Amino acid sequence: MAALSTRVTLAILVVLGLGYGIPKTVRLKADTTDTSATPKAVRVKADATYASAAHGVAAQELPRRIVSLVPATTEMLFAMGAGPRIVGVSNYDRFPPEVARIAKVGGLLDPDVETLLSLKPDLVIVYDTQADLKRQLERAQVPIYHYLHRGLPDIMETMRALGARIGAKPAADAAATRIEQQLAAVGRRVAGRSRPSTLLVFGREQGTIRRVHASGGYGFLHDVLELAGGTDVLNDLHKQSVEMSTEMILTRKPEVILELHYGNSLKPAAMDAERLVWNGLPSLPAVKNKRVYLLAGDEFVVPGPRIVVAAERFARTLHPEAF
Amino acid sequence: MPDTDALGTIQPRAPIRQRVLWTVAGFGTLAAAAVLLAPLAGSTRIHLGTAFDRSIPYADNVDAQIFFVARLPRVLAAALVGSALALSGVVFQALLRNPLASPDTLGISAGASLGAMAAITFHIEFSMLGLSSVTIASFAGWLGALVIVSGLSMARRRGSSAVVLLLGGVTVHLLLSAVIAFVQYLADFTETFRNVRWLMGSLDVASYSPIVAALVPMAIAWAGFATLPRVLDLISVGSESAAARGVNVERTERIALVSASLATGAAVSLAGPVSFVGIVVPHMVRLLVGADHRLVVPASALFGAAYLIACDLIARTIIAPLELPVGIITAIIGGPVFLWLLFRRA
Repeated sequence: MAALSTRVTLAILVVLGLGYGIPKTVRLKADTTDTSATPKAVRVKADATYASAAHGVAAQELPRRIVSLVPATTEMLFAMGAGPRIVGVSNYDRFPPEVARIAKVGGLLDPDVETLLSLKPDLVIVYDTQADLKRQLERAQVPIYHYLHRGLPDIMETMRALGARIGAKPAADAAATRIEQQLAAVGRRVAGRSRPSTLLVFGREQGTIRRVHASGGYGFLHDVLELAGGTDVLNDLHKQSVEMSTEMILTRKPEVILELHYGNSLKPAAMDAERLVWNGLPSLPAVKNKRVYLLAGDEFVVPGPRIVVAAERFARTLHPEAF
Repeated sequence: MPDTDALGTIQPRAPIRQRVLWTVAGFGTLAAAAVLLAPLAGSTRIHLGTAFDRSIPYADNVDAQIFFVARLPRVLAAALVGSALALSGVVFQALLRNPLASPDTLGISAGASLGAMAAITFHIEFSMLGLSSVTIASFAGWLGALVIVSGLSMARRRGSSAVVLLLGGVTVHLLLSAVIAFVQYLADFTETFRNVRWLMGSLDVASYSPIVAALVPMAIAWAGFATLPRVLDLISVGSESAAARGVNVERTERIALVSASLATGAAVSLAGPVSFVGIVVPHMVRLLVGADHRLVVPASALFGAAYLIACDLIARTIIAPLELPVGIITAIIGGPVFLWLLFRRA
């Protein structure tokens, strides 16, 4: 069971866009309005793999039957107008609503390879860490596209590269540029304002302050927080997700606590109760100044085009006076 | 085997009453020192004077909150969980007459885990008396498992052996593990992440309510354990010979099974599964004090507490400000120590 747990954890982190175990080579920051510039340090592998010469010929043509195993790339494909070419998505896909009509082929960790192959895809989009799946698809001579995300700029970079791969470059470039402009606009709104030290909580045990895990010094949500005018209180820790002890939370003294809830897991009444849980640590400036916020939404777990929505919600929460 | 005290020095064989006294005094000092000293250390430096300064309002006193919310409940939880798991290990090993038996063997801890997994996966959301739904559900989970295991022990009345109880219990454990896997399969990715975190165990309870809740079943368990030491020696040899010496075997086994299950369930609900303590601490203690349960039972309770407090202290300071799951430390430190104790005599 331990091995299973490890694999499951890995898959979750991948889907969350957190990606433990990814080599720590570059650190991306998007803390100012300068997101329109193309980032230099991105690690995006845009090379589709072709298993054989015979299929290589077919792959020269534009993919028309795409399977996207990652919600983020599904949303990117829709944003560049390639939605109608998608024939399969993961079980975790919820957005846009059109995905409800598309065949589900399992999760990134446990894809239903049989169903996947029966869809006769001419391109399968997977996350780079899924080595087993990549090998399996290569053996089946299915062209794959794999990529890796570390920070906010990677989202736009992947969009552009994916667009080029599927022959939708102009639309993809336009969509990516639009996101960059929208992010820059959010950045401009909060520019020059004080940047509260913020604890960005990804999850904890409900009803208690146990098993708190929060954003560390890199990752796309960390980047979004910095863009939206906050300072990540765990900036010095080079991890995407940090498991925090009670002592550590007390010592860090965050001025704002932003707690993310995914899906519709929490009813409004429960949200209020959950906010009050933090009163157990009354010395926290965020608690004293009543700056504990719970935000619910899927856009926080999908590093795709809706990152703009996430950025704006962060900014409105941190700097309501700027809107 | 010569008798040894806590420090491993060879003692002349003294009357049992005196040896119990010395054992309790030795291991008791160790446990008391752990409870008193462990809250003083942590990932940050605090001033005790400030922490206990009543003139500073509690809401503004960071040192007091670190001491009373972050550290003290944690040390107390470690003491309770460590002693409960070690005691359950001693009792299960004697009851099942198997040195590999542990608090996990009969499915009680799997029941506790199943409850927690179900609460997380199916969004059972409520809180009561300062307890999260996860803790409450894990209580329900191990109580359910206890009902099943008690049912199995009833079969003992029809003359089946300890092996049958052992096999039955292991089957319950595997069955519940399969249900856990199924529940995990139904979970989506954020829920699965929380499930996995829960299964790693954590003593950072951050308040006193879960400790108080765990104390209720643990107190009942201690009352049961208190009746056991003398008879466990006889039971662990064999039920026939125990019966021949006037032991009410069925009643004793029932008390042992229920007490150890209550202690295990309460411990797992409080901290999640913590490996190693329940299986190896009893053996460490036996190597130190001998096999007499009148010594092993109190020594295991005290040593288990001190051991888990010490391991948790290491877990929360060694890579400060981050920390390791305590289960990693219990095995990495305890494994080599146990091997040394084991082969020192060979």
